[in-house]
Amino acid sequence: MSAKPFLRIDNIRKRFGPIIASDGVTLEIDEGEIHALLGENGAGKSVLMSMICGMVRPDEGEIVYRGQSVRFNSPREAIRQRIGMVHQHFMLVPNLTVAENYILGQGSALKVINDMDKVHAKIRELSDHYALDVRPDALIEDLSVGEQQRVEILKVLFHGIDLLILDEPTAVLTPQETDRLLALMGELVKDGKTVVFISHKLDEVMRVSNRISVMRDGRVVHTVNVAETDARALARMMVGRDVGMELPRSPAAPGRIVLSVENLTCRSETGLPAVRGVSLDVRAGEIVGIAGVSGNGQTELSLALSGLLPVDAGRVVLNGTDITGLEPARINASGFSHIPEDRHKHGIVLSLSLSENTILQRYDQPPFAARGMLNRRAIGEHTRDLIKRFRVKSRDEDQRIGDLSGGNQQKLVVARELARNPDFILVNQLARGIDIGAMEFVMEEMLKQRDSGRAILLISTELEELFAICDRILVMCHGEILGELPPDRSRLDELGLLMAGKTADHLEQPALAG
Amino acid sequence: MDDMMFLTFLATLVGAAWRLATPLIFASIGEVFSERAGVLNIGLEGTMLVGAFCGFATAFATGSILLGLLAGVGGGMLFGLVFAFFTITIKADQIVVGAALNLLGMGLTAFVFRTYYVSTGKGIEIAQPIHIPWLSDLPFLGEAFFRQNLIVYSTILVAILATLVLYRTSFGLTLRAVGEHPKAVDVAGRNVAAYRYAAVMVGTGLAGLGGAFLTLGHSNQFVEGITSGRGFIALAVVVFARWSPIGAFFVSLLFGLFYALQLMLQAQASIVVPYQVLQALPYLMTIVTLVVVRGKGAAPSKLGQPYEMR
Amino acid sequence: MEQVNQGVRENVYPQAAQALYRTLSQAAISAVTPIAAVLVALAFGAALLWLNGFNGTDVVTVMIFGSFQDARSVAEILLKATPLILIGAGLCVAFRCSIWNIGAEGQLYVGAIAATFVGTSIDGLSVWVHAPLVMLAGALAGAAWAGIAGYLKVRFQASEIVTTIMLNYIAIILTSYLVTGPMKDASAAYPQSARLVREAWTPRIVSDMRLHIGILVAVVLAVALYIFLQRSSRGFALRVVGLNPHAARYAGMDVRRNVMIAICISGALAGLAGAFEVAGVTHRLYQNISPGYGFEGIAVALLASNNPLAAIISGGLFATLRSGSEVLQITSQVPQVLVLVIQGMVILSVVAFAKFRDILRIAA
Repeated sequence: MSAKPFLRIDNIRKRFGPIIASDGVTLEIDEGEIHALLGENGAGKSVLMSMICGMVRPDEGEIVYRGQSVRFNSPREAIRQRIGMVHQHFMLVPNLTVAENYILGQGSALKVINDMDKVHAKIRELSDHYALDVRPDALIEDLSVGEQQRVEILKVLFHGIDLLILDEPTAVLTPQETDRLLALMGELVKDGKTVVFISHKLDEVMRVSNRISVMRDGRVVHTVNVAETDARALARMMVGRDVGMELPRSPAAPGRIVLSVENLTCRSETGLPAVRGVSLDVRAGEIVGIAGVSGNGQTELSLALSGLLPVDAGRVVLNGTDITGLEPARINASGFSHIPEDRHKHGIVLSLSLSENTILQRYDQPPFAARGMLNRRAIGEHTRDLIKRFRVKSRDEDQRIGDLSGGNQQKLVVARELARNPDFILVNQLARGIDIGAMEFVMEEMLKQRDSGRAILLISTELEELFAICDRILVMCHGEILGELPPDRSRLDELGLLMAGKTADHLEQPALAG
Repeated sequence: MDDMMFLTFLATLVGAAWRLATPLIFASIGEVFSERAGVLNIGLEGTMLVGAFCGFATAFATGSILLGLLAGVGGGMLFGLVFAFFTITIKADQIVVGAALNLLGMGLTAFVFRTYYVSTGKGIEIAQPIHIPWLSDLPFLGEAFFRQNLIVYSTILVAILATLVLYRTSFGLTLRAVGEHPKAVDVAGRNVAAYRYAAVMVGTGLAGLGGAFLTLGHSNQFVEGITSGRGFIALAVVVFARWSPIGAFFVSLLFGLFYALQLMLQAQASIVVPYQVLQALPYLMTIVTLVVVRGKGAAPSKLGQPYEMR
Repeated sequence: MEQVNQGVRENVYPQAAQALYRTLSQAAISAVTPIAAVLVALAFGAALLWLNGFNGTDVVTVMIFGSFQDARSVAEILLKATPLILIGAGLCVAFRCSIWNIGAEGQLYVGAIAATFVGTSIDGLSVWVHAPLVMLAGALAGAAWAGIAGYLKVRFQASEIVTTIMLNYIAIILTSYLVTGPMKDASAAYPQSARLVREAWTPRIVSDMRLHIGILVAVVLAVALYIFLQRSSRGFALRVVGLNPHAARYAGMDVRRNVMIAICISGALAGLAGAFEVAGVTHRLYQNISPGYGFEGIAVALLASNNPLAAIISGGLFATLRSGSEVLQITSQVPQVLVLVIQGMVILSVVAFAKFRDILRIAA
């Protein structure tokens, strides 16, 4: 190791209110390496990198860059020092063109824009060099997610950075797009750049990086050379113990068909085709998974099933009753529970109490209401019971749910949905943004529900989640179900290809697989 | 009515429409800036009143229309500063603050007017029409377009300038981004709050100018509530114009036409419709506009939302 | 460290005491901010008076205490408080549902028109039938007028802020048309309607004062709306829709229906206020039947933090200021519009203090 690292982070601390995001992080990045930052959700990876690129100011500690102590007050200062970051949520303005996004914030505010030709030329040149296929005059809102990511990466290159930070760049990509991105990282390093790659996916990190730092609970717990480790060891470092998510479970005993979807078709809120003729059955006593890269119609599928998005064609039958296109109230009342993808948007009302959130669907039904009035005692008792049974960490049932951690909020949502005694449970992203402990708890709860004869459909982008509890896995791509696989880790490659839209036909004819 | 008379009527109508549209043009173009940056200013009505009063009081004291107009702009901006402080710095609800400023604008102008001016009963000299040589003598067109005062002519300049600033300068580019994806602007190193302040200043300055036109270019007196809802109508104009300055210019002209129609039909003895029906026309058309021009497709996606910096 | 401390505290105090402490401290905090807001607004009013050569202390001595001279002047305050409490409490419901009904003024006018119609065109009914009928007519008309804006919002996504304001102008113009045209009292020189028949008048509380039972109705309705919002299932749904419409839809609530209910409730109370102005105070319809009660009601609701129970107090306060400003105009020639300035300042101070309170809450 060289005497002076390219970038040295020394004992950085950062708190957001009661939450400790960085708890004395120390990390060194060498020039010209691909350094992966690995960790679970909430381990503090993004916050740490935000401090390096000037988005967030550390409370304590020092950042030494090229041998000098630096303190960036804004991302612009970091960019001036040639440090740039591609954020998980793109920093692209949808109503502007690619080129306009690139010059945003550059030069004097009073500047008249008259050199767009030069900007366009420079973008084309860079785009050609890295084969990124970015058109400078394209409007961002017309681009796909994958294209937008290339635009983001090119933006950082356009600004001439040397240290590139990529925050979970593969979360929105197909395995094939991911391959292309990983190859691009290699090219960047060849051109003398340094790359920090944030991820929680072991295989990608193993494939591309030189060194890997593992973060846990706001600290870097290990930094290792990739050649000296393996996936299992990394996983152990990530969660602090052995994983593989082997939850004890008995074989499924599927019964009658509870939910039957035939040829379901619907459009997204923006009117684009999103779900194209999806058919599937879920039986009592089984957990069916739907795998897929996010943005392939899963959100719309779950909204359409629960009555939140109009259905264009097809049928949804629950317990033999057609529930297609019914109002959510009717669907809720017919034995349908829904643990939604976006907890803060759909699942809970942040400024209401736990009690009020537990009666969201049943606010006008006994025992919670009688003669049009709420029965506070019954509501309080019910909520206290749920808090106890699901180990929701809270002061009492009158606390604002917004003051709880994400994991505890999710536990309450799960508790509420299960307490409604459903025949069918639709789950979209069971464990998003919650800690390992809560995750295991809700997964075990799902298995219990399965064993008691409920039908469960689990939509997830996290393969680990699917493998851990599903009895069979459907793969969704471009709004269609492309195939079905058993939850067998040995068939991961097949799953990946299906997620990328390559169907079984392609698999049998290698010539077409490209 | 024979054809000649009808054409004369039409020419007068169009001329009056432009004149009556002038305050709306200023206010709505200003509001385009504000809303493009994500700030919905429903306090426009109060702001215009402040502009109208400051313009009047200054011209009353100095006799200068130019100083009056400047005072109108300044008064509007000062009022806008209060709005900006509460909505951008304190991050209070834009609708609530806007409602408060309407009350304040109404109350303060009426209070000072009653205290000092109402008893004088005197008016002021207003901006006189400038007959553009040769063009103003054109049949019909002359009456319709070339016999206006300078303030009315300046609306064209303001519309063009606003378009250039919004689409051809770094400032405008950033402004359009602020209402759409403020965080991206923040990351690009521009101060979101500063841009929102600037947008509100442009908006309220122009609203003040629109108000000042009412006392300096239209009526020669200040009257309590002289804006009579123009600030609110300007909000609807912005929606109809799909947040474009040129669009705001033409939609305002359309509303000017409703005002002109109302005034001129009232003068026509032969019309049997009660004058109140005509009086209600601009308000009714505003509602119709909102119903016909539906959808929020073109609205800045962060309109009305404060920006939380981390 | 913090967790340990909390643990200790939990052991020392029983849960019930803790809950009581929390409730009391919250009540104290929620009472402090409106009081402070009113004080700031009054200080601003005093400064305005002083700057313009008036006596600044009049704001307190005349505007607050000046109108409490005798039973009659208190009765006059309560008379003014009636429409303010009604409108303010109604707007609390709309605002809780995130419906920005700025149109209470127009709804008041339409209510007054309907009340006048029912009170002048029917004769021979008992007071027990006719007076309530007039109130009902006002409430229904107000609800219907507000319902227009509500319908345009749920059906066409037309901003209710703009439509309710436009409907204000249209209602006022409509009134002006009616009292100069179809409803004009033929024998009168001024634009005014015929007098309502005696049985249609809102009964007075004491026969020689103008104060009528409307104030009792207003207080009862404000309490009822408080119970409705906090304790009824429909009120719960309205609040959820106002706080998070996506979650409301997910939970199976009919967002459009709740929006309509909320705006119609607020319109009904404003319409009822209009009916009381005609049937209880003027007994005729005039062009300027309201001195801006509809707009003042917004300030009443905001000062009450959208709590109908608190709207009783804030409505009373604004009525006091309004009475006081009348006294002030007579005694010191201070323009009565001062009251608008104070209203605006109250709203601004309320939002500023509310933000301050949020910061305190988060810090604690």
